[in-house]
Amino acid sequence: MRITVSVDGVSYTDEVEPRMLLVHYLRERLGKTGTVVGCDTSNCGACTVHLDGHSVKSCSMFAVQADRHEVTTIEGLARDGQLHPVQKAFHENHALQCGFCTPGMIMQSIDLLADDPDPSEETVRHGLEGNLCRCTGYQNIVKAVRDAAHQMRPGAGPEAEQVAPSPSHAGGGE
Amino acid sequence: MIPAEFDYVAPATVEEVVRALTEAGEDAKVMAGGQSLIPVLRMRLAAPNVVVDLSNLSELTGVRDDGDSLLIGAMTTHYEVQRDHLVRDHARLLAVATDTVADPQVRHRGTFGGALVHADPAGDLPAPALAMDATMVIVGPGGRREVPAREFFVDYFTTVLEPDELLVDVRVPKLTGWSAHYEKFNRVAQAWSIVAVAAAVRVTDGTIAEARVALTNMGPTPVRATGVEEALVGQPATAESINAAAARAAEGTNPTTDGNADAEFRSHLARVLTGRALTAAVGA
Repeated sequence: MRITVSVDGVSYTDEVEPRMLLVHYLRERLGKTGTVVGCDTSNCGACTVHLDGHSVKSCSMFAVQADRHEVTTIEGLARDGQLHPVQKAFHENHALQCGFCTPGMIMQSIDLLADDPDPSEETVRHGLEGNLCRCTGYQNIVKAVRDAAHQMRPGAGPEAEQVAPSPSHAGGGE
Repeated sequence: MIPAEFDYVAPATVEEVVRALTEAGEDAKVMAGGQSLIPVLRMRLAAPNVVVDLSNLSELTGVRDDGDSLLIGAMTTHYEVQRDHLVRDHARLLAVATDTVADPQVRHRGTFGGALVHADPAGDLPAPALAMDATMVIVGPGGRREVPAREFFVDYFTTVLEPDELLVDVRVPKLTGWSAHYEKFNRVAQAWSIVAVAAAVRVTDGTIAEARVALTNMGPTPVRATGVEEALVGQPATAESINAAAARAAEGTNPTTDGNADAEFRSHLARVLTGRALTAAVGA
């Protein structure tokens, strides 16, 4: 079957078998190996991506179902070499140990923050219910999500999306 | 794990779905949100020749106000049900039960109709549908028919739906002003209910005027706890009357024994959880 899918802002047209899972399409056809296969039984959430802006488990969807839809993976978050604020918060709060759950955790955290920009600790824990961390490093993950919420709070300004200081270009004054 | 090969169709109308199902016979499987079906296909517990995907049936999504009832399209996702104001106002029991289904990612894809037709005894939505006296609107080659929830669920993972029929809408009578709670017992996040209790009550001047209680996973199909309902009506909304009524929760049930709990423990859970569900509902 021929499908046309937008992935991380790029449109792809491909011939796929109906039984091909979305996660396999992303990894094996498009080379987007940032999205990982964790449990293979739809429990762990490591394969979480966004479909039309909402989080889904890409191991529990066929690629044909993404036809004419928009997929965002962990690889589509950074802008111009700058990490997304949630990626930055995970980095700064040591919210990863082995890192395997991280792509899914970050994608689900962004979804969670879209629904609730200022979640309590309990809301974060419930919102990440579908994502398992095999290192059990949940404390710092929860901390990172709340830190990201703070960084992205209304009025945080454009610097929220600028992680590293912009390289300074010499102006004409000196 | 890769599913076995299948032919895939994604019709745009209910009529085309029914035609596809009629042509494929027993070899077809309908896919709504796919959150139960796709794992089953991956484990090769099922290998249909044809998968009929309902994703393109936009006519089956959304909640409509239909006078005394809500009409909920079978393809309305759990996420949409959770956030729908009509559901929150008039079918609170359904809203709070849906909040407990699986996890956010699954709720974005999984559908109300899909969960009912799947008829998993541990699924969380059949019991609220039964408690609210919902009616299933079904379309098949012979036309349209309506089946009440108490007749819809037949056995483990089995409903009255024929292979060429499709659930299109669920009619949920409004319980406006009722309070409700869904009390679920499981051991880990996103696990299925070992036992759960759906309770809705209408309290006027401190007296329980009406009560609906249904149980999840206390038999092959959801069960109404009629003994509890009878015991509550006309009683004061107090801990004493709730506890007396909850003691009858396991009456007439046929719980299974499995690795999570034996039948006796499930009966105990039904009584305890009914007490908690009613206490939370009355206190709400």
